[in-house]
Amino acid sequence: MRVAGKGLNAHGAPVTFTFDGTTFEGREGDTLAAALLANDVRLVGRSFKYHRPRGILTAGSEEPNALVTMGTDAAQDPNIRATTQEIYDGLAARSQNAWPSLNRDVMAVNDLLSPFLSAGFYYKTFMWPKSFWEKVYEPIIRRAAGLGALSGATNEDTYEKAFAHCDVLIIGAGPAGLMAALTAARSGADVILADEDSQMGGRLLAETYDVDGQAGADWAAGIVEDLRGMANVRLMTRTTVTGAYDQGTYGALELVNHHRTPNAAVPRECFWRIVAKRSILCAGALERPIAFPNNDRPGIMTAGAVRTYLNRWGVAPGKSVTVFANNDDAHRTAVDLVDAGVTVAGVIDSRADAPQFGDYPVFKSGLVIATKGRLCLESITVQHSGGTRDIRTDCLAMSGGWNPTVHLTCHMNGRPTWDDYILSFVPTDGSIPGMSVAGAASGVFSTHGCLESGIKIAREVVLELGLTAGDIDMPSADDSAYRIEPLWQVEGKGRKWLDFQNDVHVKDINLAAQENFRSVEHMKRYTTQGMATDQGKNSNVSALAVLADATGRGIPETGTTTFRPPYVPVSIGAMGAGAQGHGFAPERHMTSHHATLDRGAPMIEAGLWYRPSYFPKTGETTWLESCNREVNMVRNTVGICDVSTLGKIDIQGPDAAAFLDFVYCNTFLTLKENRVRYGLMLREDGYVMDDGTTARLGPNQYVMTTTTAAAGQVMKHLDWVSQALRPDLDVRFGSVTEQWAQFAVAGPKSRDLLNSILDQGIDGESWPFMACGDVQISGVAGRLFRISFSGEHAYEIAVPSRYGASLFRQLCAQAEAMGGGVYGMEALNVLRIEKGFITHSEIHGRVNAADIGFGRMVSQKKDCIGNTASQRPDVVGGEREQLVGLKPIDPKGKLTAGAHLFVDGADAVRVNDQGYVTSVCYSPTLGHDLALGFLLDGHNRHGETVQLVDHLRGVETVCEVCHPVFLDPDNTRAKETSNG
Amino acid sequence: MVKLIANTPCGDLLPRAIGTVSLDEVIVDQITFVAPFNGQQKAVSDALKAAIGIGFPAPNRCIGTGPRAMWCGMGQALVMGASCPDLAAQCVDQSDAWAIVKVHGVDAAAVLARLTPLDLRASEFKRGHTARTLIGHMTGGITRSGAQSFEVMVMRSMAATLVHELTQAAENMHGRETSLR
Repeated sequence: MRVAGKGLNAHGAPVTFTFDGTTFEGREGDTLAAALLANDVRLVGRSFKYHRPRGILTAGSEEPNALVTMGTDAAQDPNIRATTQEIYDGLAARSQNAWPSLNRDVMAVNDLLSPFLSAGFYYKTFMWPKSFWEKVYEPIIRRAAGLGALSGATNEDTYEKAFAHCDVLIIGAGPAGLMAALTAARSGADVILADEDSQMGGRLLAETYDVDGQAGADWAAGIVEDLRGMANVRLMTRTTVTGAYDQGTYGALELVNHHRTPNAAVPRECFWRIVAKRSILCAGALERPIAFPNNDRPGIMTAGAVRTYLNRWGVAPGKSVTVFANNDDAHRTAVDLVDAGVTVAGVIDSRADAPQFGDYPVFKSGLVIATKGRLCLESITVQHSGGTRDIRTDCLAMSGGWNPTVHLTCHMNGRPTWDDYILSFVPTDGSIPGMSVAGAASGVFSTHGCLESGIKIAREVVLELGLTAGDIDMPSADDSAYRIEPLWQVEGKGRKWLDFQNDVHVKDINLAAQENFRSVEHMKRYTTQGMATDQGKNSNVSALAVLADATGRGIPETGTTTFRPPYVPVSIGAMGAGAQGHGFAPERHMTSHHATLDRGAPMIEAGLWYRPSYFPKTGETTWLESCNREVNMVRNTVGICDVSTLGKIDIQGPDAAAFLDFVYCNTFLTLKENRVRYGLMLREDGYVMDDGTTARLGPNQYVMTTTTAAAGQVMKHLDWVSQALRPDLDVRFGSVTEQWAQFAVAGPKSRDLLNSILDQGIDGESWPFMACGDVQISGVAGRLFRISFSGEHAYEIAVPSRYGASLFRQLCAQAEAMGGGVYGMEALNVLRIEKGFITHSEIHGRVNAADIGFGRMVSQKKDCIGNTASQRPDVVGGEREQLVGLKPIDPKGKLTAGAHLFVDGADAVRVNDQGYVTSVCYSPTLGHDLALGFLLDGHNRHGETVQLVDHLRGVETVCEVCHPVFLDPDNTRAKETSNG
Repeated sequence: MVKLIANTPCGDLLPRAIGTVSLDEVIVDQITFVAPFNGQQKAVSDALKAAIGIGFPAPNRCIGTGPRAMWCGMGQALVMGASCPDLAAQCVDQSDAWAIVKVHGVDAAAVLARLTPLDLRASEFKRGHTARTLIGHMTGGITRSGAQSFEVMVMRSMAATLVHELTQAAENMHGRETSLR
């Protein structure tokens, strides 16, 4: 219920929202949790395992219970913490993990079975039969347990990723963070101040402390205004720093549009990577619950949260509130409630010397030993110095003390240090290079201490940055001591919950210890304590205190589990923003891209490039039909194919030829100007790396082509060779892949076609096979190479890319006029298989030059990369699988890539394996399937019969082993010189 | 007789204006990749200065306003907007190899911060500074050409992806701003 006149948003406009279909009214500035409590909604969820009724526990991002789902269909967004979700008109939230309804959840039967469902139950019980775990048990258990669910549909919401840079990143804008930011900013540093709340001020927004004579929240607002006016300060609200990484890089999640009606034009979340020279962690502290019997009923909350709801949002979470604590701080809850006119039925303080700060009953040496109320707390049983009594109460505010938020300091494997004074862990100095810690996160708990520590740490940081620390007046504030006595668990009948999110209670921890899962990391895995969305923020310290007790060790010796990023859940949508679907990788388009799409060609991806598969003609119903036509077209008339994707590297320098001789296994020193030579490149281990042609354009200028796939690899290789192996050679290289649009013109009529577009015609004598040189096309300087990947009389013509689209259309039009046309990758593949030309299907990284029949290309007149290694005994000696051609004995026989080869009649099992098939096609020229593959001692087995077996596709075909060149072995077509 | 028509890398994808940011294609008629041979950097720099008035740029710098020389890698620069004289260097025509987009406006740096890890703060990345970097998933270069202007360049074949990425980033920025009003 609301308390009249209370709350920072006391004058906020009314906001209408729904929860589980019921309409409620809240106030602008409310979180969903505040608004639900204002409407006396206590039950908000069902627990993970036992489906126990659960209410709101906290008022921050550490919330384990109050998780809701928002959005529907593809936009369904589960596990949203009601304690941080701001309400807006039309917000619709649904509870999770309950059926048919939150009040009557059928799966609550699990709670009755709880004696059988303790930690480790599944592992012990569902072991047999083995196959049942994955198929039967796990799906059932998963369905019964769990949090919210995704829709399974592709999410179309907009997410964003971004980078930011600063001198000082300040994480958290409470009293310490504000003072640190002001100090750093006044010293001239570039400051980013990030806070996960919608409003900066931290605990000052939740407490009734005065700072410098003003209400804490007003003072904070004034400082924020000062900061906002400074050009060197960037304020990031609703931004949680989620991880600390190497070299001053921090991950942060900004909720850009969670607090307003979803809108596709506005990113929902932004995942930031912030790079900071220094950072100051001012993340505050989290209050820990106490493990007493049945401490999980709706209405039982942390004491600090009760103050937050009262002071910030003017909401009293109960009509008659009790407080259970082991420290002075929790008494403030009682004081604030009494001041606001809310009944405080008692403060149960475990200490014998409990103080009394106001007009409320105090039960010294008090413990809550039982609670009642199914869907909401109704009463508690208190044992105290004066006896035992029941107290009617609908809200119990508990506090077992505060844990500094040390998480980020542990993200690079740092371990926190136990502090006996505050009975919790504090950050260990130097855990994150460049990060300092101030305020409550460092174990300083008074407001005065936090303000002072913010200034002090920031001054140290700016001095390290070489700046002069600006003058900041120290504001006056409360400096009460933090008095606390240990209280980890309370004996009594009933389960004493530690991890509310995973339904882990004290007995589970004891069981883990009993079964020898005594290491804190083993205990975590055995019990699931500290997992899921809250990552044990509320339970870690208490759980390990219980473990320490059960194992007879101290808490420091027991240690903590590892805190890992992210500090709060980060949606994959934010981390992968922009990378969904086609955003996964850049697209590289050839200059013929649009013309290709216009012709209806399906695209295939080759690396990042988009290349046409085939060009369907009207009436063609299968790709094979189109492909066969395109192959015949090239063999009989002329075809055009965009080959711009091949890597092109310009190589120049006095030592260019020597360099080529070093990177290629064959000789280039003897290559004449205006001639092209095929080259084979080996890796340092002697195996084939790539192949291609290199043309000599001038005395000291070459242009090397690489395969499309290996263009980047080859460029990197050349850089490596030049810089690391042969810096003595004076040679330079630069990529010209993108500069030139290059088209294959292949077929008997290729020269005729070229002569129709070249400014000056060519003939067979002046342009023999493997010639190259400059040409002009309507005045544009281009290059012509007489090379052939189809085995036909063919050329590749290149023009600067700006003319690529235009030339492609002209070439296609000319080809079509001559009875030819354009061809795609499928036909290109068939043409090269018919000719036995290799691609990376064959040179796949495990073959050497001899394996592919190019052994003699490795020149012994010079040295080259891979030469020595290629002569290792295991490379040259012994039986190796060698490149062969394969033809089906029965012309209708089917050949498949990936099939394996066996001696005819042998069992098709691994030990009998003789080789494998790398490339196959149907050859329209020869009228049957063809294959290239590798066969043991294949070079000596031409004419033999082998059995091709494809276990995956169920294909078995008897094949004849043959030379890999199926067509025109003398290359007469490509070498054609007639001028007819 | 054929007639070849020239197309720009971004073609009709640009110009665009989104919120406070405009995206315009930068057409540079001539770009020459220059990599001085061993020991020739000073000679190349002098020859360039004599021919077009600017020398060989230092790492991460782009010099000149008319003709420009932009560092683009170790011992490598692009001479832009002028024909390159004969030099003791590898000189390669790359006039058609790059897609270059000018990102201009109040939010130009903020838009780019959605795509590049570079620190683009004016104190760190001044006019005439250039860097090879990542732009989304692409490798490319960014040069500051003014207080609110940057030139972004990637391989020509990636022009469509560059325009898409810049547009999306600018729309996100615009969406954020309009939603605040």
